[in-house]
Amino acid sequence: MAKTAKSKWNGFSLKPRKDVPEGLWLRCPGCEQMVYKSSVEQNLNVCPRCDYHFRINAKTRIKYLADEDTFEEILPDLRSHDPLDFRYNDSEYKDRLKADEKKSGSAEAIKIGKAFIKGRQIVLAVMEPEFLMGSMGYVVGEKFTVAVELATSEALPFVAVCCSGGARMHEGVVSLGQMAKTSAVLARYDKAGGLYIPILTDPTTGGVTASFAMLGDCIIAEPGALIGFAGPRTIAETIKVELPDGFQTSEFLLEHGFIDMIIHRKDLRSEVARLIDYCKK
Amino acid sequence: MSNTKNNNTAAGDYLAFEGDVADIDRQINELTKLSSAKGIDYSAEIYALQKEQVAQLKQIYSNLSAWQTVQVARHPKRPLLDDYLNLMVNDFHELHGDRCFGNDRAMVAGLGSIGTEKVMIIGHRKGKSTKEKIACNFGCANPEGYRKAFAKMQFAAKYNIPIVTFIDTPGAHPGIEAEQRGQAQAIAVNLLEMSILPVPIICIVIGEGGSGGALGIGVGDRLAMLEFAYYSVISPEGCAAILWRDGSQAAQAADALKLTSKDLLKLGLIDSVIPEPLGGAHRNIHDTIDNVEKFAVRTLRELKRIGTENLLKMRYEKLRRLGEPIAVKLSRKTAPAKRRIKAAIETMGKKTKSSSAKTST
Ligand SMILES: [Zn+2]
Repeated sequence: MAKTAKSKWNGFSLKPRKDVPEGLWLRCPGCEQMVYKSSVEQNLNVCPRCDYHFRINAKTRIKYLADEDTFEEILPDLRSHDPLDFRYNDSEYKDRLKADEKKSGSAEAIKIGKAFIKGRQIVLAVMEPEFLMGSMGYVVGEKFTVAVELATSEALPFVAVCCSGGARMHEGVVSLGQMAKTSAVLARYDKAGGLYIPILTDPTTGGVTASFAMLGDCIIAEPGALIGFAGPRTIAETIKVELPDGFQTSEFLLEHGFIDMIIHRKDLRSEVARLIDYCKK
Repeated sequence: MSNTKNNNTAAGDYLAFEGDVADIDRQINELTKLSSAKGIDYSAEIYALQKEQVAQLKQIYSNLSAWQTVQVARHPKRPLLDDYLNLMVNDFHELHGDRCFGNDRAMVAGLGSIGTEKVMIIGHRKGKSTKEKIACNFGCANPEGYRKAFAKMQFAAKYNIPIVTFIDTPGAHPGIEAEQRGQAQAIAVNLLEMSILPVPIICIVIGEGGSGGALGIGVGDRLAMLEFAYYSVISPEGCAAILWRDGSQAAQAADALKLTSKDLLKLGLIDSVIPEPLGGAHRNIHDTIDNVEKFAVRTLRELKRIGTENLLKMRYEKLRRLGEPIAVKLSRKTAPAKRRIKAAIETMGKKTKSSSAKTST
């Protein structure tokens, strides 16, 4: 493959996109300008004016990141068993699960499977922000763990796209336990010499940041993502101080030494492939 | 003298649901005063009142709601880490600092012994006086606290000293500097490292088990809770503010979160419940700590008998199964992990193929 062709590839789909209605505009939260929706979508959901990275669902993420049609999903039908029989404010968690499954087209807040990135085989986990804000309950912890076990047994690199509001309250301490479980399985994978690359996207907070998101060999973040332990609102309410500009962004984390690099969405594929090649034994 | 049972609860320390108990105490006090002032013997009446009070406490504390349990766990007179250090740890020598940034006073580490067992103690310090509380940030540790905890645990592991952690925190500190110094990363590293640390680790929630801040020193071979401690993914107030959009619905949230020792034991999320004396730990600190000591000594002996390799294997199995539905638990007994994954991949592979075939038609 020619070097120039490789570096110019930016993930644009060459197929015509029929699903985008014509003449739709949206306001970009980055530059606060009205931008043409299809121009954003054809640009990997990145604002063509200011490079603001829009939040994308798991399906779109996989399309952008993996080689076309290579993602083989594992355990797509694993659903939450609602361990606490959780009810709140005249609602039921069970109903919320059903509603979010309908909304997102995904049975839970993570997709896992084998895939290829530029011809390199990996195990891939992608969190689904459209399902209870990508929060981690039993199923997310379990699928993540199975993905790491698979990567261990097949000696494959493991890439996890993090996008999550944190541990899922509706599953109480079961959710908290998943933080310990995912960290423990990563310890084993690490001992086995596995390469783990988490990609932190907007937002990565709470129990996900305080477990597997921060445990990579090489931690990548997309530009401008919100990444933190406590949510900015919680912090502002607790300490009653205005938060500094750029607080808890990818750039803030890079500055303070907690991530390795910030990579534009269009370069993620080539960067992951490059890292895999470097770490080949 | 007649009132030693309650010598730890001053008049202002009754919880809202203990009104009847407080009334009886007031009556007993009046009778005691009266008898000494007028020289009349009211001991029979006082004895009757005390008996009634015991019955009341039994009645109240055997039916505590989740929210009432949270209030007991937060009781201002509840025994704190320092009480345990004073009453159950011999020859405690505190070890300071994370060797990197500073010394977090919300997190305590040190060598000592429980019974005849040498241990490394790790625990949250909330502080007793207002001044102490502020210095200890009310038991909300910063990243350097979690890093100190890990540094001392590594030290213990090097010399094969078991670790006992005392969990009592509303949560890890949410603040600008905590984020700058990597609160999430510090906790994540502890979770990973504690899962493979080659010495026995016993974790005991003695008061508040606040989310990631508790878990950051809460991964080990055994997780126990005092009877009226709580352990939760989020504070009831925080949960209520989000899901009920009303922080005052904390009682409902506490109930829904299943955060009591009883519920968590039933769910298989903790290993043991350590009983508290009648009316909660704050009513009898000595008995409480005695119960914790007995549990710690017994468990230490039990874990020390297990070889390191087996210990780590069992610890991993325990973590691996956290939150598992009962159906999976049963199937696990019959199929080894590898086969299970393989089977899952095969069947799911078929399913995705058939579902993609469906969408293409
Ligand atoms: Zn823009």
